[in-house]
Order: sequence, then structure tokens, then C-alpha cells
Amino acid sequence: MTNIKPNSSSHKSDPNRRQVLAGSAAVAAIGAFGLPVGAQTTAAPAASGAFASLGVPHIRRDGAEKARGGAKFAAEYSYPGMVYGALVYSTIARGTITSLETAEAEAAPGVVLVMTHENAPRLERPEPFYSSPTGMAGSSTPVMQDAEVLWNGQPVAVVLASTQEEADHAATLINVAYEEAEAVTSFDVAAESAQTSFYAGRDLLIEEGDAETALADAEVSIDLSFNTPAHNHNQIEPHAVTVLWQDGILRMHDCSQGVDLSAITIAKVFGISPAEVHLSAEYVGGGFGGKTVWQYHILAAAASQLADRPVRMSLTREGVFRICGARAPTRQRVALGSDREGRLTSLIHTGTTMKIENNSMTEPFFEQSEHMYRADNMHLEIRAGTMDMLANTFMRAPGAATGTFTLEVALDELAERLAIDPIELRVRNEPEVNPTTGRAHSQRALVDAYREGARRFGWIPRSGQRQGYREGEWQVGTGMAAAYYPYKRFPGGAARITLNGEGGALIETAAADMGMGTTTATAAVASERLGIPYDAIEVRHGDNTLPGALIAAASQQTAAIGASLTAAHEVLLAELASLVPATSPLHGLPAAELGTAEGALYSLADPQQQIPLVDLVALSESGTVSAEAQGGPISEWTQDWSMHSTGAVFTEVRVNSVTGEIRVPRITAIYDCGKILNSKLAESQFRGGIIMALGMTLMEGASFDERNGRVMNPSFGSYYMPTHLDVPHIDVGWTDIPDPQAPTGARGIGEIGMSGPAAAIANAIYDATGKRARDLPIRLDALM
Amino acid sequence: MTIEINNQPYDLPDDARISLLDFMRERLELFGSKKGCNQGACGACTVLVDGERILSCLALAAQYDGRSVTTIEGVANGDELHPLQALFVENEGMQCGYCTPGQIMSGIALKSELERGAPSNVSADLTVAPRMSRDEIKERLSGNLCRCGAHNGIIDAVAAYVGGEEQ
Ligand code: FES
Ligand code: FES
Repeated sequence: MTNIKPNSSSHKSDPNRRQVLAGSAAVAAIGAFGLPVGAQTTAAPAASGAFASLGVPHIRRDGAEKARGGAKFAAEYSYPGMVYGALVYSTIARGTITSLETAEAEAAPGVVLVMTHENAPRLERPEPFYSSPTGMAGSSTPVMQDAEVLWNGQPVAVVLASTQEEADHAATLINVAYEEAEAVTSFDVAAESAQTSFYAGRDLLIEEGDAETALADAEVSIDLSFNTPAHNHNQIEPHAVTVLWQDGILRMHDCSQGVDLSAITIAKVFGISPAEVHLSAEYVGGGFGGKTVWQYHILAAAASQLADRPVRMSLTREGVFRICGARAPTRQRVALGSDREGRLTSLIHTGTTMKIENNSMTEPFFEQSEHMYRADNMHLEIRAGTMDMLANTFMRAPGAATGTFTLEVALDELAERLAIDPIELRVRNEPEVNPTTGRAHSQRALVDAYREGARRFGWIPRSGQRQGYREGEWQVGTGMAAAYYPYKRFPGGAARITLNGEGGALIETAAADMGMGTTTATAAVASERLGIPYDAIEVRHGDNTLPGALIAAASQQTAAIGASLTAAHEVLLAELASLVPATSPLHGLPAAELGTAEGALYSLADPQQQIPLVDLVALSESGTVSAEAQGGPISEWTQDWSMHSTGAVFTEVRVNSVTGEIRVPRITAIYDCGKILNSKLAESQFRGGIIMALGMTLMEGASFDERNGRVMNPSFGSYYMPTHLDVPHIDVGWTDIPDPQAPTGARGIGEIGMSGPAAAIANAIYDATGKRARDLPIRLDALM
Repeated sequence: MTIEINNQPYDLPDDARISLLDFMRERLELFGSKKGCNQGACGACTVLVDGERILSCLALAAQYDGRSVTTIEGVANGDELHPLQALFVENEGMQCGYCTPGQIMSGIALKSELERGAPSNVSADLTVAPRMSRDEIKERLSGNLCRCGAHNGIIDAVAAYVGGEEQ
């Protein structure tokens, strides 16, 4: 790996600070309390020894509460006088409501309110993602403000009643008549007029050289087409909210992945200040990108306001499918040209997806192609067709989930054509620097991951020949693919550290925990940073009244928390310095010359000089010492370095030659994601992504009736997902090399598991059967 | 009409439409049993009725007159977790925790089903008691969906609880 310095020298990331600390005697002591000392070095990867499961496997902090059934979710808060909400959904894709008959529903037992566009309070349109720095809504479609219908499933009436049964019954008594307008509900039709899309601040178009000519001139080339369907998050907790207006505050118990942004977005809809919204989500029953702001939040709050009653709105499973968006379908073309040695001369990854008029989310499925391999000529482009459907949105590993499927299947086919082992082909195209930005890698050891994965899996190198074999009825094959996900860190993170008189600390940050173990990881990072024992650290999260505007998305939250803690720690050092008594040798030292470790403030220059933190806290007026700060600038990934996580995934597949049944008995995956902060939680995160990818590969897909845009399988009985018997024991490992540019050395682990398995499985299916499957899901009919 | 839930007697509701799950959650504020689908497809609402597991979203409360229900709130011994609850925590058998109560209730029930020799879809020989294996456990837990992907930890926890021969 070349070591090119980034342009900016002003970047002050925390690991640099730790590198400075690494020479001091105090560091060993820090390790005793928090993360292992190894975490603080930036040593080069050792070939295989570095793959041991380092990182302290603290048990998740909320585990016992969850196991007891005591963890409270959004629909589990009750208030006196609370009523239940039920929704009526439109049955047409586009048009106008011509009449609404609500009298019978209003007269039904228990009903306290029927709300439609005719009596709903006047509301601003919600701000969707990318429309403002705080936009958290799936779309800007108005919420029950007029007679216009924009998708099949749009809520057209809300019923509030004393019980859920009464609300559900009354909702069936409402009659809605429509005048239908022409609607685009076929992806084929939308694709015809698709345009190059603008997403996340740029056009989804990258051209380097002349990729088409290079493809035509290539010594070896392939040109493939793929299809992937829409996918639903299907968190087991359906979206729900409990709402009340009390003392001028809109109180919401929500299941949000970003409490602060949700609160701001909802405040703007109601034209109130964000301080007038108190939104909390201590426990969230799965997120995966889908627990953001959808119409039900706003409808529940509006109906609550109108009825002057607390409201619980729990979506039915079908309701989730009909009003909470999911991953868009894609059509992709991957064409690769190479010389006879396998060096890529042309990489084309283009295709089409869908969006709606009122959102700006385009499934960015070429991102891995942009950052993974060196190619002389590139054409990357994503077009989006506009449909009259529910807004599509982020779902675990947006872009990379399906984009790595297509790219990595194409590489497998190219390797076969070249008679080169698929790992070797990838190694030959491993870029020295980022292939499109030219920036240096902050840390990249993908080749080590390939080697370690191959060793652990027992990969048999191949050169153009299938290695599959037959065992009775079963055809057995193996396949591999690379995994990819970018590092990100969003601005707005903040944290407050409060030292108490007993030697402990309270960490407060508005971060979300949908099950990743945020509080557990935050306590470990804080322990290491502060030099305070892990068990003496309390973490509060999931409430918009806490510091910061964090969002658990794009695998960036841990980095955002780490940077916030670093910044807050610097402020804390200044606070502590101001308390140092005149008699102490530390007196007069500026914060920059001080550190905390082993429960004491110490001099960086002379670590023997220290004062116990409890003594300093005792000197404060309030009996606590508190510091709050925002995380530093995010230039490490936006300007300075190429920061991307990678991995190597290996699978064994068995295909029944009689029934076509596909089984995946073995998966090994090795990730290069920087430092792993907690091996137990990390293993679980990686596996979670891999299992969702297994579902995407072999079973999942939302089907729509193209005549009217209605989802046809809005239930767990018809949208298939992996069950226990589908899931093998999954062997995961990691290089565990800290990223010197990431605030905690960790690059994020929540999504990369979703990238890679689809191609590894498809490639293994080919190895087993000789059949190439290029459309997801690969169900048994594709192999019969 | 009374029902016993975790050894407490309760009057059953008058409204015959109320499912056992909604009765517990919305009338009694026993939120431990979860509602993932309300249509018998996810297992999050699993409870024991007289020791047998059922999906409480598919059961009408009124049908359970005189029966004894055990939910996730009723399996621990005060502060001391039930052995399977403790194994779920130790083995990282959860992420978000929403499927967890159902997985644990199913795990408890499947142990007694195995002990009394009830076969499953993957039992090789129906004439003898099923041989303990990870596949037996997986099959018997396959009605409990987990979207977070905590499957490996869940099976580790239940296998340790069930004990016996490993495959
Ligand atoms: S809620 Fe009962 S099975 Fe899903
Ligand atoms: S732990 Fe989240 S669904 Fe199982």
C-alpha cells in the first residue's frame, strides 16, 4: 500500500492524538480500563495473527431487559384517555378523491374522530432526505392536505376510537370514491423515460476515458444484464408511535433511527419549534434504514391534536408495506473488458432504478464499482424513472447490496473466461489509490481478507474450471465475492460527559439503538477515552432532548459518537484544568497538555503527575463536572482520504437436482472495517447483514400489480425471509486494523454484511450447477 | 369467565373480537409478548397455554376461559433470569430484542416437546424419539422470525438450554 499524504494537514482526528499518546506511560493503563492497547496502534497487518477476535466482547447492556420482555417499544407507552388509530388507504395509484362517506364510521361504537383531508389541520409538507440537512421524511408528499392521491396505499382517512378493534371496524365503514388519473405503475414504462439521476449532491454519472471503445477493443470482455426487485426492511416491530400534546409540547414515543432529525422534521410540518417536540425512542425493534418519518407519524400527531386525546398508532403489517418505503428495484448492466492477464481496461456499470416525484433517493448501485477496482476506462451511470408509487428509500447497504451482486458476478464470469482464479483476478485489480478520486486509502487490507477467508473456508483455487461436484441428489459448489461499503460520518453529532463524585461518568447523546448495541459500544469508547472503568459509565440515548443530531444510518453512528466524545473530552480537560488547586504540579497546565487515565487527570509530559478525578469533581461547586461538544469537521472522508470498508465472502451451496432446492450450508466472511470495538456485537452485526443478504439472494421480493400499483405480498406469509433452518452457522472474522483516520479506529459494520453474499451464492450456484442466475431472487424455478 | 396469566387471575373481556395478544398488551399492559405481524407468521407473540406454545395473535381471548397462560414476564424467578433468558444474553441471541420474547417462549416449549418425543419435519425416524440436533432446534424455531439476524446466537442459546447430543 502506498503511503500518500492527504492534502490537508490541518485534519485533527482523534487517532492522531492517540498516536501521540502511544509513547507515554499512561497508555498501558488506559488499555486496562477500556479497549485493548492494540487498538491504539496503527501497526501494519500481520499476515494471519492479526485476525484473532480482538476487542473486548462486553455483553450487550440492554440484554437482560430485552430477554425479560421489559424493554419498552413505541407502542407500549400508555396515557389516560388514549385512543387508537386506524388508517384507510387509497385503492388507486393516482387521481382525486371525489367523495368521502364517513357518517357511518363516525357513528360507530367507540369512535372519537374521523379525520380526512377535509378536516385535517393545515400542515407544511415534510422535508425529505437531502432537501435540507435535517430532512428525515421519506418524501415531501403532502400529508392529508387535499383530495389528490399519489400512490396506491396513501392514507385517505384516520379513525380514532377507544379500542383498536373499534377503530379497525369503523375504518371499514368509510366509503371513498375516486376519479382515477393515468398513473405510471410499471417499472418498464418508467424506465423508458428514465433520466440520469442526481443523488446525495451529485449526478450519478462518472466517465473516465472511453469505456465503450475500450470494451470493444478488449482482449476479453463480458457484457451482462441483471434484475433485482423491490425489497422491504420488514423489521419485526411494525412502525408505531404513541403521541400526546401536553403543556405545549408534542410528546412522541417513536421507533426512530434518528430522534433529533425526526423531531425537527415533524416540528416543521406542524410549524412549531423543534424544542416543542419531545421525541424519544429508547428501544427500536429493527431499523435497517426504514425507521424514519413516514405519514403515520404526522397523521397520529394531527389526529391527536384534533381530538385532543393521546393516540397510539400501530401500523398493521400490511400498513407498513403500504406506507413505509423500501428498496427500489433495479436493472443493471455490467460490462468488463480486460487484457489476457485480467487487468481491467473497461468497467461499465450502468442501469435504471425508480424514484418518485417527491423524493430524491436514487439507489446508488454503482458505488462499489467506483471505489473497488482499478480500470483504465469507466462509465458509471444510474438513471431513475419516476413512478406513481410509494416513495422508495434507504435499506441496509443502499446501492452496494445489489450493486456488489452484479459487479461481483461479472468478475466471476470474467475470471472463468480468463481461466484465472477469482481471488487472483481481484488481487490483480486492487487499486493502489482510490480509482476515481486518486486519494490515498486511509487503511485497506482487502488482500489479507481474501487470503484469510480462503484459508478458513478451504477455498480451492480454480482456473476456468468449475470445482462443483455431486453428492447423491445434491450438486455442491463454492463461490466467493468481495464486500464493500463506504465509511461516512455526518455532521451534527454531539455528546455530553458528566463526571460524578463516585468516579463514574454519564454519557448523553441523542444516538439511536435499533439493536446494534450503541450504548454498549459507546460505553466502551467512553471508558477508553476517559480512563474510567466500563462499568462506571452510564449511557443515555434515544431522546431528542439529549445533545446532538445523530442518525443511525450509513453505518456512521459509531464514528459520529466517537468524534463527539473526543470533542467533549477536550472540553472536559479544560473544565478539569480549571479545578486544579494551586498547590498541584498540574496547576496552570493547559488542557492540551493534560490527559485522563486510570481515573485521574495527568500531565502528558510527566504522567507520574496526576490528580484523581474524584478529588477534582469534589472541588466543583455542583459536585459534578460536565462538558458538551460537537464532533469535529468531517473532512477525513469528504476531502482527505479514501475511506471504504471491504471484505471477502465465501459460500458453499447445495442445489437439489430433483427439486431445485437451494441450501447454503457454509459461509465464511472476513472484513476489513478498521478496528472492531466489540467482537460479540460485531459478529452479530456482520451475520445480521449476511442473513438479510441470504434472504435477498434466495427468497425476497416485493411484488406489485402493474395495473394499479398495489403491493401484492404485504405479509410475512407471502414475502419470504430466512428462517432458522435457512441460516447456517456463519464464520466471520476481521483484519482488526484500526483506521488511523476514523475517530475510534472503526469504520462501521452495520451494512457491509449485506454486500457480497448475493454474488458469492450466485457464483457458488454456478459452480454447483453450471447455471448463471442474473436475476434476484434466485428461486428453485431458475435452476430446474 | 376468568383466565390466569402468570399465576394472576383476570376477567376475560366482553368484546369477543379481542385476541389474547391484544388482551394482554392493550388491556393488561403486559407488553412482553410482541406483535410482529398479527397474522401467525412471525412468532413474536408466542406464549404457553397450560405448557403448550401458541401464537397469541391467532387466539381469541374469550376462548381461553379457565386456562393458564405463561408469558415472557412469567418465566424469570424474580430478579433471577430463567436459564434460557440468561443464555440469550450470554450468547448474543438478540439485537433489537423485538423477536426475543417469542424466541425464548418457543425455546422453552420446544424443550418439553423434544423431551416427550414429539417429532418434527426434520426428524429422520418417526418411530423413535427424535435425536437432538441443531437442525431439530432450528426446525422447531423456524416459526419465530428474526430480521436482525441473531439466528446463530439464538440457536446457540437454545442448544445450550436443551442440551443433549449435538450434531
Ligand atoms: S404476531 Fe403473532 S405470529 Fe406474528
Ligand atoms: S433481534 Fe431484532 S428481530 Fe430478532
